Amino acid sequence: MTARRSSAEAAAWLLFGAGGVVSALLVPVLLLLFGVVFPLGLLAPPEYPHLAAVLGHPLTRIVLFGLCVLALLHWAHRFRYTLSEGLQLPRLRAPITLLCYAGALAGSVWAAVVLFG
Amino acid sequence: MPDTERSLPERADSTITMQVARYRPDADSAPTMQEYVVPMREEWAVLDGLNYIKDWLDGTLSFRWSCRMGICGSCGMTVNGDPALTCGTFLTDYAPGPVRVEPLANFPVIRDLVVDIDDFLRKLPAVQPWLVRDDEQGVDGVEFLQTPAEMDEYKQYSMCINCMLCYAACPVYGLEPDFLGPAAIALAQRYNLDSRDQGAHRRMDVLATAEGVWACTYVGECTTACPKGVDPAGAIQRYKLTAATRTLRSLLLPRGSR
Amino acid sequence: MSELANASPNRREVSTPGERASGPARPRTYRPRISRLWWVHRRSYLLFALRELSSLFVAWFVVYLLLLVAAVHGGSGSYHAFLEWGSSPWLLVVNVVALAFVVLHAITWFNLAPQAMVIRLRGRRVPSRMVAAGHFAAWVVVSAVVAWIVLGAGP
Repeated sequence: MTARRSSAEAAAWLLFGAGGVVSALLVPVLLLLFGVVFPLGLLAPPEYPHLAAVLGHPLTRIVLFGLCVLALLHWAHRFRYTLSEGLQLPRLRAPITLLCYAGALAGSVWAAVVLFG
Repeated sequence: MPDTERSLPERADSTITMQVARYRPDADSAPTMQEYVVPMREEWAVLDGLNYIKDWLDGTLSFRWSCRMGICGSCGMTVNGDPALTCGTFLTDYAPGPVRVEPLANFPVIRDLVVDIDDFLRKLPAVQPWLVRDDEQGVDGVEFLQTPAEMDEYKQYSMCINCMLCYAACPVYGLEPDFLGPAAIALAQRYNLDSRDQGAHRRMDVLATAEGVWACTYVGECTTACPKGVDPAGAIQRYKLTAATRTLRSLLLPRGSR
Repeated sequence: MSELANASPNRREVSTPGERASGPARPRTYRPRISRLWWVHRRSYLLFALRELSSLFVAWFVVYLLLLVAAVHGGSGSYHAFLEWGSSPWLLVVNVVALAFVVLHAITWFNLAPQAMVIRLRGRRVPSRMVAAGHFAAWVVVSAVVAWIVLGAGP
C-alpha cells in the first residue's frame, strides 16, 4: 500500500462515468434506428435533405462530438480493465492503458475532423 | 418438526455426504477432497457437519469457528462454490448432497479449511477504522451527541463482522492482491460518514489510490456475499464519487477555498 | 476474533517436535492459481464480463456513427451508398449484436449508477429504486426525442 492519491484515476473515472451516462442514453436508440431498423426496412430511412439539415445544425454537431469523445473515454477506461484483468496481464497494464487512451484520443480527433472539418 | 428426543448423532434417519478440502502442508502439494457421511438434521448447519466429522470421524480436520451465530466472522468457507458463513448455511438446503466445503477463495491456505488472513489484518488498520478527531481531548467530559438520522448514515456499514467473505467473492482481489478490498473500504466509509469523525481527509490518502477504490471494477459480488447486508460495493461506488468530486474541486479551486 | 478448532485432547499432533522447537516458522501455504477463464465460472462473473465487454460495442458505435456522418457530408450519393452498405448481412449481424450489448450497458448502468449517488429530498435520502426509475424515465424521453428528430416528424 505504497500508492499515493491519484488525480489521474479520479479524472479517468469521472469521464468514464460521464461517457457511460451519455452512451446509455443516446447509443441504443441511434444504433437501433441506423444499425437495425433502417437497414431491415422496418422504417423508411430519413431523406437525405432532412438528415443533412439535422447534421448541419451546430447544436447537433456539438452534441455528437461530445457523445463521441465521452463514449470513447468510457470505452478506454472500461476496456483497459477488461484486458488486463480478463486476460490476467498485470504486467502489461501500463502499455494497455496507454494504448486505450491513445485510441480514444485518435478517435476524438477523427470525430472533430468529420463533424467540424 | 417437534424435537421429541435428543438421539445420538449416529442414529439419525437421513445422512448427507460432505466433500471436504484437505491440505496438509507437510505432506500435500495441493488440496485434495475427502468424503464424509454425516447425519442430516433439520437444525444442522454446515458447521455442525464439520464438527461432527471432527468429533466422530476424523479428528485431524482443521477449521476455524467460534460463536455459531453469525457474529464472530470466523467460520467463512466456500460451500458448493459460494462464500458463506458455515454456521448460517444449513445442510438440508443442499439435500440430497453432496455438500462441497472448501477454504475461502483468494486467501493462501494454511491447512485444510484454515486460511491465512494476515493480508486483511494488515490492510484493515491502514484505513484507520476508528474515530479520528483533530482536537485531541481527554476522555473525561467529552460527549459526542448524535441524532438518529446521523447514525443512519453509517449504521449499515458498521454491521461488518470482518468475516472476509467479500474478499473471497471479489475477483479483483484474487487477481490483484494489493487491492485494499471491500470490507476495508466499507469500514473506512463507516467512519467517514460518522458525524463524530474528522479523519476523512487522512483516509483519502489510502482510499483514493490505484490500489484503493480505483482498482474496483464493480463486479458487485461482495455485496451478494455479505451475510450482514453491508453493501461494500455500494460503499465503494459512493466513495468513488466523493473522491472524484473532491479531487476535481481541489484541482479547479485555488488552495484554501476547498 | 477467531479460534482454531482445536483437536480433542487425545489427538496426536501432526507436526514433529523438531518443527515445533524451531519456533514460529511459517507453514508452507497453498496459493490457488486463478484460471485465465475465471469469468466463465460463475453466472454473475459472466454477466459482469459481458457488461464490461459492452464498451467495445460502444466504441464500434462511434465508428459507425462517424462513417454515417462522413457519408452524409459527402452528399446524397454517398449517403445512399452508406445505407446500402449498412444493410449487408454481416454488418446487420454486427449491429444486432452491438445493439444487444449497448442495451445491456444501458440497463446495467441505470441499475448500478444510483448506488454511487446519494440524493436527498427534504432531508430524506431518495431510495435507490426511485433514482433508478428516474434514470430509466430519462432514457425513454431522450430516446423518443432522438427518434423524433431523426425521423423528421418535426419542422
